Amino acid sequence: MTHPIPPGTRDVLPEEMRELRAIGDRMRACFERAGYGEVHTPALEYEDVLRRGEARAAGARYRTFDESGAVLALRSDMTIPVARVVATRYADAEPPLRFSYLARAWRATDRGVGEPREFLQGGLELIGIPGAEGEAEVVALTIAALDDAGLRRHRVGVGDGALYSSLLTSFGVPEDAHLPMMESLSRRDLVGLEGQVNALGLGDDERDLLVRLPQIRGGREVLDRADTAGLDGLRELHELLAERGVADRVIFDLGLVRELGYYTGSVFEVYDPAVGFTLGGGGRYDELIGRFGRDLPACGLALDVQRVHLAQAAEETLG
Amino acid sequence: MSEPLTIAVPRGTLFGGTLDLLDKLGIDTAEVRSNDRKLLFADVGIVTMRPSDVPTYVEHGSADIGITGKDVLLEQSSRKVYELLDLGYGRCEMVVAASDRGDPIADALRRLGRVRIATKYPRVAAEHFAETGRQAEIVEVKGSVELAPLTGLVDGIVDLTASGKTLAENNLRVMEQIATCTARLIANPVAHKLKAEPIDSILERIRA
Repeated sequence: MTHPIPPGTRDVLPEEMRELRAIGDRMRACFERAGYGEVHTPALEYEDVLRRGEARAAGARYRTFDESGAVLALRSDMTIPVARVVATRYADAEPPLRFSYLARAWRATDRGVGEPREFLQGGLELIGIPGAEGEAEVVALTIAALDDAGLRRHRVGVGDGALYSSLLTSFGVPEDAHLPMMESLSRRDLVGLEGQVNALGLGDDERDLLVRLPQIRGGREVLDRADTAGLDGLRELHELLAERGVADRVIFDLGLVRELGYYTGSVFEVYDPAVGFTLGGGGRYDELIGRFGRDLPACGLALDVQRVHLAQAAEETLG
Repeated sequence: MSEPLTIAVPRGTLFGGTLDLLDKLGIDTAEVRSNDRKLLFADVGIVTMRPSDVPTYVEHGSADIGITGKDVLLEQSSRKVYELLDLGYGRCEMVVAASDRGDPIADALRRLGRVRIATKYPRVAAEHFAETGRQAEIVEVKGSVELAPLTGLVDGIVDLTASGKTLAENNLRVMEQIATCTARLIANPVAHKLKAEPIDSILERIRA
């Protein structure tokens, strides 16, 4: 006789739980030492409030009603709830503000490698420090937290999620052509994207750049090799990361975009060579908190604790 | 950074073209050609499998890159793999086909309000009929799809055809083209970043 649990959820038994707890505790301690106080918010939020942050409520999967008929959704990340907290509970506080969390979230996902619908996120949000300075702090702290969690070979991919569409705009590509191209870029369907670029009828240099850009990734040198405007922010970020001694852990990826709609600039993804999936991601979201009434630049990053655990176990196996 | 790549190679109709391509890249495929029972060739970084399994291994990172047909990628469109290059070989058409007598698809839609379609590509078929505003009941079959309309199981099929010969021999004809499918080079998203140099070196040599 089986007593099923919903797809994408799982039970965690003591041995695994001890290891997950240890990883989470070390990450949390690292954030706390850096001045990122831990916050907790309700698992259930009003769907309207999540939608204020992102049109699709950031991919929330589970919805229910309360006794008054209001639609409640299980939060799909912690970034939107933290933005709400900043605008309401810290409406007059002097920035910068630093918050961390270790909390469960629920998201609509197709089946995929290590992709549950309920997952434990350990992350941080830095509010009130614009540009590369804020991003360098978040990236460096993420690398440090994973060091503490026991990983050795993790890297952070950094890109500019606004770069490609701003290039399209500067080349005079009409707005309605952007969305299908950005979808191809997001999936990295580079064959499809090349076809779409060719159909635009641009000059050779512009065409080449749009085809080439999503393939350009590597160290600092790729920022010069790319031969395009709009990379000053990433150059500055590299300098600041070098000052923090972590520049060699970062991969610049000029085709990187994230799926969530609230990102406005730099975007991050976290990798480990021992596993084929990303361990987490984040980016800059300078408009999100403003949608809740307090206009502040911000950036953040969240790690999937279970995936960090998988990577750590795989690193151990590989030796 | 010169870690060797693991390449997922499809057995079946794309096998020959893929091995020819790997030969041109300087990868020794002699053992792969001579031993059709062995699956893993660790010395040259090749794993062989059904084309429809290639996205699975590449998505997971068990293979860094792989070669498979666009038909497989269309059917498994939610896989998180990067599609890097159209390799050009293995060209065939994804089509809607039906009996060469009359138009059973149009008849079914007019009289019954829906059409029954047999296919190995349920997702591609469902999307094609939805996009063209027609209600379709999709019947997934594993073996020869051409049999399904001959026995009255369905009104038409969605399948791949290269020459159209098999269709003609079973008194079927192409009614609609859905997509042209060729072999594609795909990559694992993490390997694409962490093994950028060997992957770019392969891309350059293929393009040259």
